[in-house]
Amino acid sequence: MQDLINIFVKSIFIDNMIFAYFLGMCSYLAVSKTVKTSMGLGIAVVFVMVITVPVDYLIDNYLLKPGALSWLGAEYATLDLSFLSFIMFIAVIAAMVQLVEMVVEKFSPSLYSALGIFLPLIAVNCAILGGSLFMQEREYQSIGEATAFAAGSGVGWLLAIVGIAAIREKIRYSNVPAPLRGLGITFIITGLMAIAFMSFMGIKL
Amino acid sequence: MNTNSNKYIFLYATVMVVLVAAILSVVAVVLKPYQDNNVKVEKMQAILTSAGIVSTPADAADLYTKHIVREILIDAQGNVVASFAGGAFETGDRRAFDADLKVELSKKEKGETYVMPLFECDKDGEKLVIIPVRGKGLWGPVWGNLALKADLNTVAGATFDHKGETPGLGAEISTTAFQAQFVGKQIFDNGQFVSVAVVKGGVANSNINPAHGVDAISGGTITSVGVSDMLKDCLENYVGYIQKQTQNDSTTVQ
Amino acid sequence: MSTDNNKKEPLFSPKNIKLLTSPVNMNNPITVQVLGICSALAVTVKLKPAFVMAVSVIAVVALSNLVVSLLRNTIPNRIRIIVQLTIIALLVILVDQVLKAFVYDVSKQLSVFVGLIITNCIVMGRLEAFAMANKPWQSFLDGIGNGAGYAIILIIVAFFRELLGSGTLWGYQVVPDAFIELGYRHNGMMILPPMALIVIGVIIWVQRSRNKDLIEQ
Repeated sequence: MQDLINIFVKSIFIDNMIFAYFLGMCSYLAVSKTVKTSMGLGIAVVFVMVITVPVDYLIDNYLLKPGALSWLGAEYATLDLSFLSFIMFIAVIAAMVQLVEMVVEKFSPSLYSALGIFLPLIAVNCAILGGSLFMQEREYQSIGEATAFAAGSGVGWLLAIVGIAAIREKIRYSNVPAPLRGLGITFIITGLMAIAFMSFMGIKL
Repeated sequence: MNTNSNKYIFLYATVMVVLVAAILSVVAVVLKPYQDNNVKVEKMQAILTSAGIVSTPADAADLYTKHIVREILIDAQGNVVASFAGGAFETGDRRAFDADLKVELSKKEKGETYVMPLFECDKDGEKLVIIPVRGKGLWGPVWGNLALKADLNTVAGATFDHKGETPGLGAEISTTAFQAQFVGKQIFDNGQFVSVAVVKGGVANSNINPAHGVDAISGGTITSVGVSDMLKDCLENYVGYIQKQTQNDSTTVQ
Repeated sequence: MSTDNNKKEPLFSPKNIKLLTSPVNMNNPITVQVLGICSALAVTVKLKPAFVMAVSVIAVVALSNLVVSLLRNTIPNRIRIIVQLTIIALLVILVDQVLKAFVYDVSKQLSVFVGLIITNCIVMGRLEAFAMANKPWQSFLDGIGNGAGYAIILIIVAFFRELLGSGTLWGYQVVPDAFIELGYRHNGMMILPPMALIVIGVIIWVQRSRNKDLIEQ
């Protein structure tokens, strides 16, 4: 249990998807103009992340890894399909996003109208694919750890985008040098936020 | 042709999947030997570095066959189950080089039978024994190789690496400054296994014998504890083997 | 198709040259179109991985543009996104496998970021916006141009981060030891992720100061 909390906290604050790895920057920059919409997108990212990373974990461990197919019989134990992981992961993400969209639309129209427009955007959000690839690279030991990592990364991303949106709402009233307005100042503020987040690096769990 | 009919879409998708799969499989099969070789060379270099032998990817394989004279696998009791020297097996049929320490350690944890690899190195006439180690740091796995002198007690060199320790803190374990501290330390105290401890606050300020301790990285406490535990847990597996070896030596001397 | 095209206009007509050069500056995918920042910045600590990453992205954008443009009349509209994704993923896997086989140390430093080229918005963006509607040769040039626009930002950022952060370029020391004896210190901050963002912010600042048209309201 302690391990899971450890992974969760680490992926929110220290391995933050935006501040440490710059993943999901495109939608981060494009959708962070108001707090309300960025909240919607953030929640959608958490949602999709928590679904796709564990699914990709199972695929990686029972289909792709060297020796993962040994449950089929001894003669399959030597197969190594890991070169297929990119294409499998992106397919799972695209399929899951579609599925989530259909399920949400059917059972909760209000949630759908809130999340709806963001879901298609998410299929090409680097943070989601990045989550699956980091999960594979860091060799999490169990599906629990993979889920904790996914939840933490999603929440970290949510935190980052809501934070920058709140700052951007205020900065509209500031006197920013003309060439820096918009994109430039957003980058610099993100950099400053990332420096602030680095103070979490020393924490001991 | 109507490119939006279901039949066409279905056919298109099928042809595409088959084509993509075929291309990928061919490429993967063609490039696999090169990739495997890279992984092997990296492992060889890590083993050689701990013995203080500098290698490049190009000459690693040659230096490895020249210097690593014997690969040994031992069981839980410290008996040699396989030994590979000079390109041929002396006993058993598995090379220590092919043994994956991670797999063997997880077998040990589950209570299955396991083997532990070690490498005998001939560094210009000096005999060294290299023991791979692996454990947990703060955020992920840490691993390395420890070279022991012929007395199987004194450390001749150590290398460590990690996956994701905090830069500037835990990540310092992969620096030469930290690793150099291990040279000359001893893992046995009067025949009793004690390992080498990584001591928080410095060896000088603790009651640990300076022969069995090195200074921890300030701020990297958990990683330091991880390295300490890794050395203890991994070296412990070799105690049986080392004791058998040293007993044999002393009987021959008598 | 491309031969018809050759008869009508020379391979490097002014219009085609513009396809190559405009994304490098005025229409830069990173600083102006705001695409593809995701996977870019984490690999800019050192020049060498940044260069390999840049070459990989150019290859993927150019080739996927070419392939999609060749197939553009056959791709069924309803599954067009997934077809494009499959082609991109195929090319990225090829790049990744080649890197793993021939430049193993760099591929280890790039780790997951090669895979993330798949979701690099530049690639998808160019396929949708250009390759689906244009001839193969133009699409190929457009891909190279946009890849190069991306590459140039990546290399500028990596240049400053490696020079100021480690005092080296391409792994070779360029800051003389005499400086360090005089009290010069490498700025460790440059190696850390936040500085990549700030360096890009400054690049945008400089670019927009020179091109007033790009200033946002």
